[in-house]
Amino acid sequence: MDVVSQILEKSAQEAEKYKPITVEKHLELEIDLGTLLAVDTNEFDTNLLKRNADDYFLKLTRDNTQLLINQLWELPTEKVDEAIMVRLPTPKTLLPRMKPVPRPRPLTKWQKFANEKGIQKKKKSKLSWDEQLQKWIPMYGFKRAKADSTKNWVLEVPQNVDPYEDQFAKKTVAKSENVAKNELQRLRNIAKAKKVKVPRAGVTNPEVSSAKDLQAAVTVAKASTASLGKFQDNLPKEKKAKGVAPITPGVSRKRKLPPASGEHEKKENLNIVDSILNKRPKLDIEKAISKQIQHTSENSSSSSKGIGQRLQSREKQNRSKLAKKPKSGNGIRKGGKKGAGGRKRR
Amino acid sequence: MSVLQRVVKPTTHKGKKILLKKEPQLIEGPKKTIFFKGRKTSDKIRHVLKDMYDLKKPDGVMLTKRNDITIFEDVTPVENFCRKHESSLFVMGSHSKKRPNNIVIGRTFNYALLDMIELNVEAYEGLKAFESSKILLGVKPCLVFNGPLWEESDELKHLKSIFIDFFHRESVNAVRLQGIEHSISFNAMPDGRICLRSYKIALKKSGCRIPRVELEEIGPRIDFTLRRTKLPTPELMKDACTKPKELRVTKKKNISTDNLGSTHGRIHMGKQNINSIQTRKMKGLKKTAQERKIERTAKRKALTESNELIKKKKVHDD
Repeated sequence: MDVVSQILEKSAQEAEKYKPITVEKHLELEIDLGTLLAVDTNEFDTNLLKRNADDYFLKLTRDNTQLLINQLWELPTEKVDEAIMVRLPTPKTLLPRMKPVPRPRPLTKWQKFANEKGIQKKKKSKLSWDEQLQKWIPMYGFKRAKADSTKNWVLEVPQNVDPYEDQFAKKTVAKSENVAKNELQRLRNIAKAKKVKVPRAGVTNPEVSSAKDLQAAVTVAKASTASLGKFQDNLPKEKKAKGVAPITPGVSRKRKLPPASGEHEKKENLNIVDSILNKRPKLDIEKAISKQIQHTSENSSSSSKGIGQRLQSREKQNRSKLAKKPKSGNGIRKGGKKGAGGRKRR
Repeated sequence: MSVLQRVVKPTTHKGKKILLKKEPQLIEGPKKTIFFKGRKTSDKIRHVLKDMYDLKKPDGVMLTKRNDITIFEDVTPVENFCRKHESSLFVMGSHSKKRPNNIVIGRTFNYALLDMIELNVEAYEGLKAFESSKILLGVKPCLVFNGPLWEESDELKHLKSIFIDFFHRESVNAVRLQGIEHSISFNAMPDGRICLRSYKIALKKSGCRIPRVELEEIGPRIDFTLRRTKLPTPELMKDACTKPKELRVTKKKNISTDNLGSTHGRIHMGKQNINSIQTRKMKGLKKTAQERKIERTAKRKALTESNELIKKKKVHDD
């Protein structure tokens, strides 16, 4: 028994040497180990706060940090290069991102088509053996251009072609056209990905464009006069292109309604007939009253002719309140002439 | 029609790499912070900016010029700064008669303002005022928020979020235990003051595995009060806080661990077709020669009958 008590005493003495690591709190802390965050929602001790705020903060923060570290030391550890590391859980506090979540890159028109058809990209070698030059030639780059120019030092003039046409110039133009087309397609793909509305390009190259494109071009061009193509003659066998309404001037974009079914049409027509036959006159009560009053007053004025000026004047007052202002030419003429009307002609 | 947005293709490989780096990433690195001055700054504000920059150092940029910016009227110049320096946090210091010792802390999302809070620096003691050994550069600090007020008002909730975003450096999946040596505490006082204190952690012996924590103040010591705020709409905040689908943890079905720590899996079997299963061949189950003969004759009979029927039909048709 002596030994046990001795050991207990010794451990108690040792524990006294060190300060405790336990902290008592009224409300438990919210601890997020992923961000090394501790939130203490306990009320401040106002007395201590008033006495010396900075000391109180130091003590409070020490306690809370101790609680955080107590939990941190409980986590599973691992040794990396002689340092003891602690694996942190995923953070609980949600913080905003700097940029939105990345979205998958939208497919280009070709990629979409290739996916649908199951076309797979074949890997081409960067170098290919040229029999004519007896050399390895790269797929692209200045060495390729050099090899092409040495190989094609002479070009055949095809039949049915102007013999004085420069075939080399024609080739370079065709090449630049192709490059421009590729660039246009690239931009179109970008515009589609960003959902930008792009104006419809007209006919870019008459040599490359299809019959449909040309037809569209003719239709639009003909409608582009001041009179919207009303006085333009038609070519023999000319057809109007479809689907060019948005770029043709003067074409209304209203969609025609589909033809109605017989029953529906009959019902609509009957409705119209009904509405006409059962029509009731609209009654504007105010207008009707005023008309009635005017009517009665006119009657009375005609009957009371010659009674006296007083009455007339009173009537005038009435009229001014209720009826319209009299217009010239409606009343009885003053002057002596009988029969013939109209103004005096010179 | 409006002018089309020009699309510039990078000409060099280096330029392409830079542009690719600017695109949205799945896992974002530490947020950078820019520190800049407004029209006028007091000595105090300049020191506060410098100390905050020191605390933030590897992920901060200090801009030196003064800027004619009234941030609550027009944020576009600040958004442009953030775009230029690829940063999402900003701190602006200014000093005017109406709002002396002013600091604005804010965040941007996708180069547009998310939220910002204007603070008044009431009292300040700098890093240099404390004679103590400082901490290493780039140490991840412990953040301690004291006081019940942090959870009560909307502004303080956002300020807390901004402070965490500003000081937490980077979310990591492992830390070195001996490397934890910085603790920052934010105290929301009932009188409206917000006290920032920064301490160095000393890990002392405690007689057991977990060490005893002792703190020593290293500065800066700043007392703020709230001024104007601009908080985000809930939709914008939700948009900014979305977690990528790839990083979301989905629970795996049908896997469980028992108390002994061994994992059990439950497998779903499809319906089995027992009728067509190949069983073991045995002599006793084989058909005898007689049985086979009967079967063959029956088959033949059926064939001839059907042929005759077809012939009859053809005759009828003719």
